[in-house]
Amino acid sequence: MAFVQQSSPHAHSARPTSRVMLWVLIAALPGLLAQTLFFGWGNLINVVFCIAVAIASEAALLKLRKKPVAFFIKDNTAAVTGLLLGLSLPQFAPWWVSAVAVISAIVVAKQLYGGLGSNPFNPAMVGYALVLVSFPVAMTTNWAEPAMLWDGAPGFGETLATIASGQQTAVDGWTMATPLDEYKHKITTHTAAEVLNHPTFGEGVAKGWEWVNAAFLAGGLLLIGLRIISWHIPAGFLGGLIVMSLAFGSNPDLYTPLSLHLLAGGTMLGAFFIATDPVSAATSHQGKLIYGAGIGILIYLIRTWGNYPDAVAFSVLLMNFAVPFIDHYTPPRTYGHHKARRGVPGSQG
Amino acid sequence: MTQLWDFSGGIHPPEHKDISTARPIRNAGVPDYLILPLQQHIGDPAEAIVEVGERVLKGQKIADVKTGMGVPVHAPTSGVIESVADFPVPHPSGMADRCITLKPDGEDQWCQRNPVKDYRSLERDQVLHIIRDAGISGMGGAGFPTNIKLRPPRDRKVSTLILNGAECEPYITADDMTMREKADEVVAGLKIMAWILRPERCVIGIEDNKPEAIAALRKATEGTQTEIAVVPTKYPSGGEKQLIQILTGMEVPSGGIPADIGVMCQNIGTAVAVAQAVFEGTPLISRVVTITGEAVREPGNFEALIGTPIEHLLKQAGVNQDAVSRLVLGGPMMGYTLTTEAVPVIKTTNCVIAATAAELPAPPPEQPCIRCGQCAEACPMELLPQQLFWHAKATEFEKAEHLNLFDCIECGACSYVCPSSIPLVQYYRFAKGEIRAQQAEQLKADRARERFEARQARLERELQEKELRRKERAKAAADAAAKKQAEAEKAADEGEAVDERAAKSALVEQALARKKAKAEASQPPAASAPPAPSAPPAEQKPDIEALEKQLSQAQSKLDNMQGMLDDAKAQQADNVEKLERAVAKNHDRVQRAEEALSEAREKLAAGSTESQPTH
Repeated sequence: MAFVQQSSPHAHSARPTSRVMLWVLIAALPGLLAQTLFFGWGNLINVVFCIAVAIASEAALLKLRKKPVAFFIKDNTAAVTGLLLGLSLPQFAPWWVSAVAVISAIVVAKQLYGGLGSNPFNPAMVGYALVLVSFPVAMTTNWAEPAMLWDGAPGFGETLATIASGQQTAVDGWTMATPLDEYKHKITTHTAAEVLNHPTFGEGVAKGWEWVNAAFLAGGLLLIGLRIISWHIPAGFLGGLIVMSLAFGSNPDLYTPLSLHLLAGGTMLGAFFIATDPVSAATSHQGKLIYGAGIGILIYLIRTWGNYPDAVAFSVLLMNFAVPFIDHYTPPRTYGHHKARRGVPGSQG
Repeated sequence: MTQLWDFSGGIHPPEHKDISTARPIRNAGVPDYLILPLQQHIGDPAEAIVEVGERVLKGQKIADVKTGMGVPVHAPTSGVIESVADFPVPHPSGMADRCITLKPDGEDQWCQRNPVKDYRSLERDQVLHIIRDAGISGMGGAGFPTNIKLRPPRDRKVSTLILNGAECEPYITADDMTMREKADEVVAGLKIMAWILRPERCVIGIEDNKPEAIAALRKATEGTQTEIAVVPTKYPSGGEKQLIQILTGMEVPSGGIPADIGVMCQNIGTAVAVAQAVFEGTPLISRVVTITGEAVREPGNFEALIGTPIEHLLKQAGVNQDAVSRLVLGGPMMGYTLTTEAVPVIKTTNCVIAATAAELPAPPPEQPCIRCGQCAEACPMELLPQQLFWHAKATEFEKAEHLNLFDCIECGACSYVCPSSIPLVQYYRFAKGEIRAQQAEQLKADRARERFEARQARLERELQEKELRRKERAKAAADAAAKKQAEAEKAADEGEAVDERAAKSALVEQALARKKAKAEASQPPAASAPPAPSAPPAEQKPDIEALEKQLSQAQSKLDNMQGMLDDAKAQQADNVEKLERAVAKNHDRVQRAEEALSEAREKLAAGSTESQPTH
């Protein structure tokens, strides 16, 4: 009888990409839960809608590119892109803002570059950045006021109707500036104590946001524990942000304090779920640290001296540009070699 | 407690070792026929030194390497040499190679053996010779001739001798069972090797998943200085470079050998073979082979004669033919699939996995690389597997080499963990093969260029020599012409002739006159011949000289023409045909001149016999 002919190794571990992505989806659930508990149904609706649009546009593009549709849809990567956008868009963002973000992420940033594995930029962040610069009003005025799901938050039906209506701005009483936005704009004319009086900050660091960030941190640690992501990018990311904040912004009467940097806004989601997209990140350990630190530093710079209150998307995209450069200069030292072979062939030994 | 270091990366695949450790080592017996490949290790193949039809005894040398690196092959049992022909051999290519086939006669009759009781009384070279003559090559990996390995370069003193009992590949238990059952022989072999090398430190490295082997060796090494290092189970801790790192904290330099850092690794099976060669005088004619996998009912280890067809061992292990989907020689991480079970056990064969389809399923289809970096986490050589993959796929071999492609040990850890199930190792083998082919091509091109340049230089030199000869000829001709001219001028001065012919005839007459005068002067007056009879030869003489001159002229013209023709041919000019005709014409002319000359000479001779018998 004819035996199977196969090149070694003959054994394989059973954790395919689809399962890796599934774990990412699962690890994001605590964060989504926290968002829903503290900010109402908006994020959950967004996540479901974005995932649906992501899978639909991925399928359409795969069909156009004459690729096996089911084979690629099953890798769950489109779902993760949809999830990340759903988690990061404002709770009351009109449906078409979400749709534009997801479609540009999947179609332009991912499939037009050659699909999974070939995109130089983080697709979700391309989509996010695009709608942020295109629809600034919709992207800044639709953040939900922190209100417990069971106590004051708009109901599911109302939320869904608001999103589906397609209005640029949601009902005024439901929304509120994000803590980072609020602090950044008020601190120029007020003291820290005055600024923190605003209801968006609540009793703790930033009402609701602190729990959302804590939940994403927990999910991220789960991913590190499962060895789905390495600790290097989050460590670099948070490290960069912390160092910058301590070095330049230690006076809370002038600058946003570190606690807000870490626990308000999209910091933890960015550090553990967005910046760790392997396709568009640096590859070696050292490279990942540099890449993460670059994002953390850029976030601080943009948040403090730039025009945007949160800056995860732009920082990630800017560091995506730097990835080939980082990779060239941070290869690991191979066993049996005195030092790493940096740069490109022929440049040095 | 021996200090241990860790190597980077590594994986923990399911071990599947208990499948084959339940039974003791069984003797596989003598099969119907034995197939003995002439090349069982790296280096040069042996040459058969027996004839077809010859009866050989057990342990008799039947093939040897006369020149080059290699060790002999011995008859594993007594019997008759049936053929020396090509048979399928255990090789990833599945190709056939030269083998001696032996038909056992069932008597298992030994040849003369020369056991050594006290090897310490011998010279080290003598012991090395015994090891070589016993046909021992490394029984774990590539099979490097052991006697050569045991004699490292003079400037590479081995300070640490490591016996590699890690056996990190899943499924394989040949070394494990050997250590359990033949611990004394293992230690005896190690002692011999240590006596040869005189290291400062002797370590046996064993993974902690082999408690019985560890206990057996602890007992066998009691009271000696040999360390038993229990290393954490992690694939590929048994890789030579990795084990050295674990036990010494040192790294083998890229492109170097362990001896460069004063370390040498030897295999468990090799140690046993060395002990048997020295103490029993037994050459390497059998080895322990693990027969395992879910398609055999009684998996376990077999003491199998070298040359035993795998088929024979599978049968002994109770193979379920229909269940075998994949036959792997070696472990599941680095082994290769066999196309046929007819291949024989050779000196490096440690394991055969008869796997069912469920046990080793076909890998899922390859997905795009998402640069997740799991491969880099797993790589024990600290390479960047996904970068190497991109470069190999894009055939950017220069970049792959820059990222140390050739340091890859093909352990398969990266492929094992790849979530996109990319056959990474296959890409690296492809890239390595392509680079080697390119290098060979480059070497060939370089040689061709050197040859071409040498030929060009030779042609140039020949041309110059020819030119030189032609110049010499031309000079000679010019000298002759000048002389002639001078003489003609002299003659012209005398007013006797103006044109060449006249000058010539004048010259001839002058010469005649001189000769005549000379002849008359030389002749004694008493024997003076009457002037009349001397006249006819005198009349013929100028004829001959003229003819001679004519001939030499024609000859030189022919030479000239020939030279021109040669040049024209060398330069492939278009006047070759014309020149050839001219040469032929001149050739005829020379011939005619020669004929005329010889005729004239004959005449002269006839004439001179009458007049000058003493000429």
